[in-house]
Amino acid sequence: MSEMQSRVATADGPPDGPAKPVNKGGDLTQIQIIWRRFRRHRAAMISLVLLGLIVAFAFLGPLVWPWGYTVDSDIPSNAGPSLEHPFGTTKQGTDVFAQTMRGAQQSLKVALTVAIVSTVVGATWGAVAGYYRGRTDAIMMRIADIFLIIPLIVAVASINGAVRGGTTWYAVALIMCLFSWATVARVVRGVVLSLREQEFIEAARAAGARATRIIFRHLLPNAAGPIIVAATLLIAVAVLTEAGLSFIGFGIQPPDISLGKMVESARTAAFTRPWLFYPPGVLIVLICLTINFIGDGLRDALDPRQTMVRR
Amino acid sequence: MTTTENINDGATATVDTDIVLDVQDLNVTFSSEDGPLRAVRGVSYRVRRGEALGIVGESGSGKSVTSMAIMGLLPKTAKVSGSARVLGQEVIGLNDAQISKVRGDKIAMIFQDPLTSLNPVYTIGYQIAEAVLTHRKVTKQQARARAVELLDKVGIPHPDRRVDQYPHELSGGMRQRVVIAIAMANDPDVIIADEPTTALDVTVQAQVLEALETARKETGAALVLITHDLGVVAGHVDRVAVMYAGRLVETGTVEDVFYRPRMPYALGLLGSLPRMDEARSEKLTPILGTPPSLLDLPAGCGFAPRCPMAQDVCFTTEPALEAAVDGDDPDPFRRHTAACHFGEQLVDARPEDLFQATAPAAETAAGPDGTGGAEAAGHGGERTDAAPPEVLLSAVDLVKNFPIRSKGILRRKIGEVQAVSGISLELREHETLALVGESGCGKSTTARLLLQLIRQTSGEVTYMGQPLHSLSDAQMRPLRRDLQLVFQDPFASLDPRMTVSDIVAEPMQIHGRGKGAKQRVKELLELVGLNPEHGSRYPHEFSGGQRQRIGIARALSLNPKVLILDEPVSALDVSIQAGVINLLEDLQDELGLSYLFVSHDLSVVRHIADRVAVMYLGKIVETGTTEELFSAPAHPYTQALISAIPLPDPVKERTRERIVVTGDVPSPADPPSGCRFRTRCPKFANDLSDEQRNLCVEEPPDLLDRGTGHRDACHYSQVVELI
Repeated sequence: MSEMQSRVATADGPPDGPAKPVNKGGDLTQIQIIWRRFRRHRAAMISLVLLGLIVAFAFLGPLVWPWGYTVDSDIPSNAGPSLEHPFGTTKQGTDVFAQTMRGAQQSLKVALTVAIVSTVVGATWGAVAGYYRGRTDAIMMRIADIFLIIPLIVAVASINGAVRGGTTWYAVALIMCLFSWATVARVVRGVVLSLREQEFIEAARAAGARATRIIFRHLLPNAAGPIIVAATLLIAVAVLTEAGLSFIGFGIQPPDISLGKMVESARTAAFTRPWLFYPPGVLIVLICLTINFIGDGLRDALDPRQTMVRR
Repeated sequence: MTTTENINDGATATVDTDIVLDVQDLNVTFSSEDGPLRAVRGVSYRVRRGEALGIVGESGSGKSVTSMAIMGLLPKTAKVSGSARVLGQEVIGLNDAQISKVRGDKIAMIFQDPLTSLNPVYTIGYQIAEAVLTHRKVTKQQARARAVELLDKVGIPHPDRRVDQYPHELSGGMRQRVVIAIAMANDPDVIIADEPTTALDVTVQAQVLEALETARKETGAALVLITHDLGVVAGHVDRVAVMYAGRLVETGTVEDVFYRPRMPYALGLLGSLPRMDEARSEKLTPILGTPPSLLDLPAGCGFAPRCPMAQDVCFTTEPALEAAVDGDDPDPFRRHTAACHFGEQLVDARPEDLFQATAPAAETAAGPDGTGGAEAAGHGGERTDAAPPEVLLSAVDLVKNFPIRSKGILRRKIGEVQAVSGISLELREHETLALVGESGCGKSTTARLLLQLIRQTSGEVTYMGQPLHSLSDAQMRPLRRDLQLVFQDPFASLDPRMTVSDIVAEPMQIHGRGKGAKQRVKELLELVGLNPEHGSRYPHEFSGGQRQRIGIARALSLNPKVLILDEPVSALDVSIQAGVINLLEDLQDELGLSYLFVSHDLSVVRHIADRVAVMYLGKIVETGTTEELFSAPAHPYTQALISAIPLPDPVKERTRERIVVTGDVPSPADPPSGCRFRTRCPKFANDLSDEQRNLCVEEPPDLLDRGTGHRDACHYSQVVELI
């Protein structure tokens, strides 16, 4: 015991270490620490609650709402907002409130699928290319380039046109993934190229770590900032692209509905019957904004060096 | 602005027209997220014409900020108060246009990094001429002629040709000379040099310091030399001011401060410095703790928390900078002052009386854990008198060439950098072998070749008789347990996204020993002198020295037999460095480790190593035991290296014999024929006849014992005693 004390006393710091420990509560798990930091980010917290409500609205709403999103003979045509139908009804006789729920659900499914699949594939692809460099990198990045140079809208439009019997949400999502992972790959490769020269990577190699460990334990976590930024941008882009595709008629096909499709069909009614146009429009904007703020908060929370309290 | 501390009373009385820089009660405060950061507090000093004042302090002590404030180079967010007069003219509070007239004309500054303080898109001649043209009404031709003249003065060969070159065509030492030439351009009255040689190699440092000396003599300017290197100060200034936590804590002549320090911090600094002129036996005496945060300064003396003789009063009242007990020199400039309540107690004190060396604790290794300690201790402790210890790691004729490729798609090989050219060495059990050399000599490459982190071009590496050079990465993996690496930069070598526990445990997880890892991590942190409870923190929460300890703990986690230490202390401040050196020595005794200690710092090497190998341009030029090498260096390069290391002792430093080399290290892409050192060799240049020189040019010397008791690679080796 006395030995231990003499040891600690020889440290070049005071025995109790750094002057201002961030983690005062002793052994918190990593996730608890990250959550604690995330909570300090006010805009991100508000956005998280808001997005939670939107998700609940989109996925739980249809379970309790009496009306479906399809045409129903019990629904009056062209009715204004009422208690029965808060967002009114369409000419064909559908409940716009139910449609909004369904649309938000489809849009969210598309966006999250695109974000998750593209980010995972793209980040891994970019990290592998950046880590190995040389020929591997050249080949992998040329493949990525091919997907980058084809405009997404044209690709989705041409492929969707070829799909018989209507396009479902996952078909739209997967096609969008195909053409969006490459942007993530590019970003991550750039970050990894500089990260791999850092000494802690060499330290891991000196300890005998394999390439997979270096890529997934060291390189990718350190690239988390740019990856999260890319992912949140992707979600926003995916929501907007899906809306855009539906708007020009290549997205999710009727009788199914998406937010973009709703905006498209209500565009002539924007001034005469705004209750048809604004709910889906505002929802698109809200989803994009909240996800961007959550991404900001997440990026800061995942960076242990970030001690500043923001907003 | 007439705030006078006690020391200045005398000075104001005797009006001295010779004062070129007069700083009074200078304060600098930065506003930060966490409140005001008081970087400089009440600094006062004066410099007379032609005088050299050294300001020493560790990083964060405010020494650079002080000079930046005088030069008006601080950002607008910094609050500067107090006064600084250059030739009687107040410069604090001047607007940008006004201070520009003073800057570069009356007062010039030399920065640390010559790579970034010159503009890469202009020729050096243009940049010197620009400095002249800004302040003098001369023609461009005259300015250019002045540039050539200045380049000649700072010792640049062929100045008329060099003047049209761009900064990238010059080596670091040359560039720093250009910076000095720019500073001299307008015959300033004060030159402030902020760590002018820190980024340079020692042999080049000696040349640049000489150029600085010339600049001072030529211009008659006063020099303010800011540095962390006590050795540089000892040899090149008349007076010293020691800074700590934003204040001056001791001032006086170099002799006063080095031989009769009256402030415990100054004494501690001297004690924590490994010295080339002292044998290894003595332990360093580090100063415990770290400098206080400038955001949250203690109420009393800033040094009190680290001071072994602190009393209650030290924690409540900040001592003023007052004349020390022997500070009775009638000349206020030379008067010895110190800021300590108990300065008189330090009369005749030695560092070890006050500061304790690391507590030796030999039995710890076999402590309660028993896991690795006992086993490892068995290796080192037992056979001491028996046959020479077993060779653990050895290299034979190791060569590494890095290809230089052309730009563009083809990337043809257009040359080779010969980083390592035929090195053989042996690392025995429980010994420390130091690999010494200047930057670019291939010492770090050799370290990585031994670990097989990069593959050799040719040659062999064996570990305990097993050849490593033919193993695949997968076959090499289990052997990595025994061979571990500690890095130079404690900030880059730890993954910022992982907690300290995870970092230390990682090698164990890689090698499938994740089970008891948690317990082992705690033991390791304790072993390297860190609080084991801090495992859940991230690296950025620790200071440089603590981070280096984390790096050492990680390297130890698999009970390695060999640690390869790549400049492990060169990024640390002196007082912190001593603690890490002591830790390494203790660990070696406890765990029976073998060290390969890669370093450019001969003082540290002298302190820690059993044997030394000196490298120059990819070859070992001399090797022997530490004792042999320092007492009887035979190769001219070793002699030059030893000469170039400044001793922190004013008298010895000024009177010692020197062997000076000229020029810079040639490019390893095109090394000289024969002996690679001949282009810079003082012996080759001065002592040898033409026939003798032919041998040097034609025949590369082998590493042989030429009657000196150890091996050197010089055809005409001759022992010179330098220390």
